[in-house]
Order: sequence, then C-alpha cells, then structure tokens
Amino acid sequence: MSLAALSSAFAPNSIAVGVVVDSREAAIVGVGELLVASGRTTTGYTGEMLAVLHELGPYFVVAPGIAIAHARPSESVLSAGLSLAVLAEPVEFGSDHNDPVRMVFGLCAKDHDGHIEVLSGLAEMLSDDAQVNFLLNASDADRIHEYLASGL
Amino acid sequence: MKIVAVCGMGIGTSVLLKMNAEKVLAQLGIEATVTAADMSTARQLGFEANIVLTTPELVPSLQGLPAEIISIDHFFDLAELNRKLSAALL
Repeated sequence: MSLAALSSAFAPNSIAVGVVVDSREAAIVGVGELLVASGRTTTGYTGEMLAVLHELGPYFVVAPGIAIAHARPSESVLSAGLSLAVLAEPVEFGSDHNDPVRMVFGLCAKDHDGHIEVLSGLAEMLSDDAQVNFLLNASDADRIHEYLASGL
Repeated sequence: MKIVAVCGMGIGTSVLLKMNAEKVLAQLGIEATVTAADMSTARQLGFEANIVLTTPELVPSLQGLPAEIISIDHFFDLAELNRKLSAALL
C-alpha cells in the first residue's frame, strides 16, 4: 500500500544516479533541481532546503549514508513528492554518526500529513539493507523507477 | 505515556521517527501516543511529554524541557530504538 504511494511520489525525472558533487550544498542543490525538473517545486524550494541546513545543521542525515533534505511546506511546493540523487562519490555532511552521505532524497510537502503514506513507504524501503544496496548500485534512474513501480 | 518525535520542520524526519517508534512501542507492549512536531511546536508539547525523541544535532536546542530526551542516530534501526526506549520505559 505505502509502496505504491512511494512509487508515485517519484515523478518522471525525479531520480538521478552517479551524481557528481563536491559538497553537501551541491548535493542539496542536486535534489532541489530534480524536484523542479519533476514538477514538484519551484526553484525557490532549493534555497529553502539550504537555509534549513545552515539553520539547524545536518540533522536530516537520518541513517548511515542517507540524507533526506527538506524544508517547510511553502508556496514553492507545487505538489508533495520526492527526488533522489545517488552520489558518484560520498560527501561529508558533518553528521557525527552517519557520514559520509551516499544518497540524498529531496522531500517536499504541502502540509504536515498529506504525505504520510509516502514516508511510510520510504521508511520501509530504507529499513531494508538489500533495498538500500539496490538503490546505491542501480546503473541508471530507470532501473529505480521500474523497481519502485514493480511494488518491490 | 506521551512521546514527541521532533525534527526541524515537522514534515519528514520526525514523521519517520514517529512511525518507527510506534512499531517498537507495539513490540514492547507499551501504550503511548507519539506526536511528530517541529522544533517550535515541540518546545510547547515537550512540557507535557514524558519523552522527546530526536536526532543528535537537535538535542542542544531542546535542553530545558522536563521530558527525557532520547537521541536516535539511525532512524531505520528498530533495534536502536528498541534499546533506547526500553532503557527509558521499562
């Protein structure tokens, strides 16, 4: 149930693999651009996510190697969704326990609870090492879209 | 038992934490309500809560609340949540 919601949260053009970045800011810009490319947000949202990083630190690095960048619901959000950048090389976010980061999700929402099923699916997927490894090693974005659409 | 899961924005990390905390509480057989909240809401809710769950980076900003603050390193590691919630509640 939540897995179908997860698949539809990733609109076309929301996933990229082998993304080359040299800083945590560049990684966040990367997932921001994917949210824009997939029609979820306007460009302003990227700056809002960067502001969160600078205001509160890298608290959104929630598990080893995994960051979920996001900002508050705002006018920059067109519809709730996710993006994903699998990084070519790991990047330091400054997280004591979970650096270096190997994949970054971008999350946007219109409100506080309209996307709960999506997050539930995401938690389920990221709780499973085999699925995390699949994401890390996928040869291209289409593989990940197909994988998600298959219901895992 | 009242638990507040806290992140910066209240839409992402805290919701993930709430979902996994609920799973672990069910495993432990503990009756509790878990609320997801952003930092400013959490400062209000925190005064009524028994426990505040959050990430290590946000712990300093939540000091001063009467609730016990538990910091979680790995949000998807139910074993870590189980160990820390058991230590606090059992």
